[in-house]
Amino acid sequence: MELAYALIIGTLTASGVYLILRARTFPVVVGLTLLSYGVNLFLFATGRLVTGGQPIIGSTGEYADPLPQALVLTAIVIGFAMTAFAVVLALRNQADNEDDHVDGHRPAPEPRAEEEEGASR
Amino acid sequence: MTLSLVVLLPFLGAIAAPLFAQAGRTAIAIASSVPALIALAMLFPHWATLAEGGVLLETHSWLPAVGLSLSFRLDGLSLLFALLILIIGLLIILYARYYLKPYENVGKFYALLLCFKGAMLGIVLSSNLLLMLVFWELTSVVSFLLISFWNHKQDARRGARMALAVTGGGGLALLAGILIIGRIVGSYELDDVLAAADLIKSHALYPFALTLVLLGAFTKSAQFPFHFWLPHAMQAPTPVSAYLHSATMVKAGIFLMARLYPVLAGTDQWFYMVSFTGMVTLLIGAYVALFKHDLKGLLAHSTVSHLGLITLLFGMNTQLAAVAALFHVINHATFKASLFMAAGIIDHETGTRDMRQINGLWRFMPHTATLAMVAASSMAGVPLLNGFLSKEMFFAESLSLNLPGIWAYLPPLVATLAGIFAVAYSARFIHDVFFNGKPVDLPIYPPHEPPRYMKIPVEILVFACVMVGMFPAVSIGPLLHAAAFATLDGQVPEYHLAILHGFNLPLLMSFLAFFGGLLMYSQRQRFFDFHARFREIDEKAVFEKVAMWLEDRAAAFTNRIENGSLQRYAMLLIASAVVVALAPIGDMGLFIGSHGLSPIDWPSLTAAVLLIISALGTAAYHRDRFFALVLLSVVGLVVALTFARFSAPDLAMTQLSVEVVTIVLLMLALYYMPSWTPIETSWPRRLRDLTIALVAGAGMTLITLAMLTQPFESISSFFIANSKPGGGGTNVVNVILVDFRGFDTLGEITVLAIAALGIYAMLKNTALTPPPGDGLGHPWTRDAHPMMLKQIARPMLPLALMISLYIFLRGHNMPGGGFIAGLITAVALVLQYIASGVGWTEDRIPFRYHNVIGLGLLFAVIAGAGSLAFGYPFLTSAFGYITWPVVGKFEIASAMVFDLGVYFTVVGATLLALVSLGKLSPHSAIKSSKGGM
Repeated sequence: MELAYALIIGTLTASGVYLILRARTFPVVVGLTLLSYGVNLFLFATGRLVTGGQPIIGSTGEYADPLPQALVLTAIVIGFAMTAFAVVLALRNQADNEDDHVDGHRPAPEPRAEEEEGASR
Repeated sequence: MTLSLVVLLPFLGAIAAPLFAQAGRTAIAIASSVPALIALAMLFPHWATLAEGGVLLETHSWLPAVGLSLSFRLDGLSLLFALLILIIGLLIILYARYYLKPYENVGKFYALLLCFKGAMLGIVLSSNLLLMLVFWELTSVVSFLLISFWNHKQDARRGARMALAVTGGGGLALLAGILIIGRIVGSYELDDVLAAADLIKSHALYPFALTLVLLGAFTKSAQFPFHFWLPHAMQAPTPVSAYLHSATMVKAGIFLMARLYPVLAGTDQWFYMVSFTGMVTLLIGAYVALFKHDLKGLLAHSTVSHLGLITLLFGMNTQLAAVAALFHVINHATFKASLFMAAGIIDHETGTRDMRQINGLWRFMPHTATLAMVAASSMAGVPLLNGFLSKEMFFAESLSLNLPGIWAYLPPLVATLAGIFAVAYSARFIHDVFFNGKPVDLPIYPPHEPPRYMKIPVEILVFACVMVGMFPAVSIGPLLHAAAFATLDGQVPEYHLAILHGFNLPLLMSFLAFFGGLLMYSQRQRFFDFHARFREIDEKAVFEKVAMWLEDRAAAFTNRIENGSLQRYAMLLIASAVVVALAPIGDMGLFIGSHGLSPIDWPSLTAAVLLIISALGTAAYHRDRFFALVLLSVVGLVVALTFARFSAPDLAMTQLSVEVVTIVLLMLALYYMPSWTPIETSWPRRLRDLTIALVAGAGMTLITLAMLTQPFESISSFFIANSKPGGGGTNVVNVILVDFRGFDTLGEITVLAIAALGIYAMLKNTALTPPPGDGLGHPWTRDAHPMMLKQIARPMLPLALMISLYIFLRGHNMPGGGFIAGLITAVALVLQYIASGVGWTEDRIPFRYHNVIGLGLLFAVIAGAGSLAFGYPFLTSAFGYITWPVVGKFEIASAMVFDLGVYFTVVGATLLALVSLGKLSPHSAIKSSKGGM
């Protein structure tokens, strides 16, 4: 179980990081969202994985740690605010610069840029 | 109170003095004298105690956690320096009254001078090393401002910058040294440090502490190779040169060596570092002084040389040498300050300081000339003047050094040689300026005597030179004894202050120096020719060049890292995080803790595989943005399931509703953006990014695995135990949010509100035209709001609101609460927007979301402040039970008001963000408004 959980977090981090390193705003926002899933799951897991131990007094014998849960709950909501903010920044960039590159403009063309591939899709 | 007041008074004066600037130079000079006069009057009654080696202490606590306290200490050593600072300061104030022109900014000048006086008194009176450092740096800063007082001159600005760079840099080294000492001793209080002398000297860190402290002292006191800043500081007005750069500030380094003498001195390292630095400085200063044509340049290099002499004396590691050093501090301050003042008078009256032009002034200003000649004789070490006495002691000490073999001849040789140079440049000062033919092309001709009062400070100082020179035991004996007592920790050696100690070797050296110097001066043209063969190094140009080079390198380095590309910054940030974490994680490797791995069940495995595939797919197919978004929503859903699986119902519900809102938001954004991402980056770069991503992912996997299999102790048992009795709820998560950690939650909903308002502000007045169709060239459907969706959505609204109310109310005891209820409400309303359009929905919502956010924050704050009214800390919750008809016994808690605030903020913020986005397109509002009817 722990192995699967760790792999999930690793995958989310890797995918998120890769997307954050992209040049266009939309993939970056998607990457941020993936990364925040990973971080939330990680924070949540600091309370360890407990089955059937919801922290409602009187409902069960052994309670899961409620503190990481409370932290992650607000983190989820704040994460949404951050995603929304980033998206809107991206839109504003699109509106002002008529481009969705993260730098606000396209870089000087790289010698080996494979633009044909992008155009053919 | 006395000591802190003595330090504080000049600062108060610095604030008050400029107020008198309008009333003229005399008024401001009188006003500026007041702090020093009061301070002298306050110190006077303590003289009897101090003369017997008593110590006056005053301590106020400031930052006890870092060992910084406002503690002051007055003993013989600090008294000696305080008197120099106060008395010479008073003379300088009088002198500057006549030196400054009426149109100059006298207010600024006197304010800075007083600031400097306060800072300097702070250094000598501080009993806490950290406090001393604060004043130490303050003197560097004020010195910078005073050197650049005439800031229209480029030379002045450059000289000031150089002085600040050197002394400020030295101050940093000193800070490091003090921190090491504090670490060894465990306290920064001088008493503790002095008591721990043996501990410090035997500690492994002693060489480092010594080197760093000496760096601070050497830079401040212009010791080789840091001496070059002092001659360039002569761009300052002459009163400043006389006060800061000969009598007081440059002695701060000397003071530091004296203050820490019992702690740091007495070792071989001290001996070699201090005495050799002093020796080199002594020689270089004396040699260069002879060749300076600038009057102040000569005096500045002579100052460097004398500072070297004092340093050399301290470096000798004998108690008698330390006494001689202290004695010379006093003597040098008196004759050098008076010489600077005389140079200032000459500059003032002739308009130049070039000794090739200034000649034969004896005819024009005999009074000033007499004074200057006496002071210069003292500098040369002529008998019956104070300079002779300390120089004689210096010669005697140089003979008594126990160096092996031929090295024993070095100190007396150097001393005599420096003495010869000193006589030669003093002779030049006297002969070249006051005799030697007639003046050449003076800007002001004929020169005449300065105003009467301008000479008084010089007269007083010269009088002191003579008095000390003739009656040393009576005039200065007690003060010197008190200072030596404090410096040497009570072990004052036998010494005898007298004009002559009989005919001995030191006297012979004096004679040698005297006649050798006169001979050298008479043959000066040969030396000048010899010196002219070497290219003179302009330290300022070199310094500027080095500074420029450093600046260029720094700028180039910055430009390389910071090239304006956010994509690059993101890469650098993540890559450096990965690099930093690599070593510890690599060391840990695949670590399975004592808990071991637990078996996995089939449904969990399926979900995990689904999540991993979707996450990878999102990254792999990110160019097809819509598809990536769909995969992303799958990831989000499985994350919600994960929370549900591992006993976090609240999180699962929150994640689920946030997921809906997020996807709607991203869909909306995508409407305005290209739906494809082109390939722009080359293969190597993508490979690089992929590597970073994989390393980061692998690292997180290893960390998580290690963490999950480790046993741990949680602090949550407190929350679980107190949730019901303390917070009145059984849902511990919710009680933590609204009660135990309510303040955090308040902060978080504030952030949420700010983000939403930021979004609103960013999108206000922004127009974005969506592309006419999707990326494949298909036009958008004309039926923006399908009939079926509308018909289902509308009856859903009251049901959804009902559910959110239910979730809200039960939140304290069962999974739910303000966050989740707010999100459910938001989703229900968003559904209406999607189904019926922004215009239609807006028409039917009678409030603005800004107000909802404001209301929410208000509720939260009121709920918190309510407890203040009852005398409890902010956000203390109270609860009770009431019985409602039908519902039955019902708990009502003040935390509920807080939760209501959370609810409103979440609803308002979410909807404001989404609706701002939805309104972006100029068509959407009108079209949907029609479609909705």
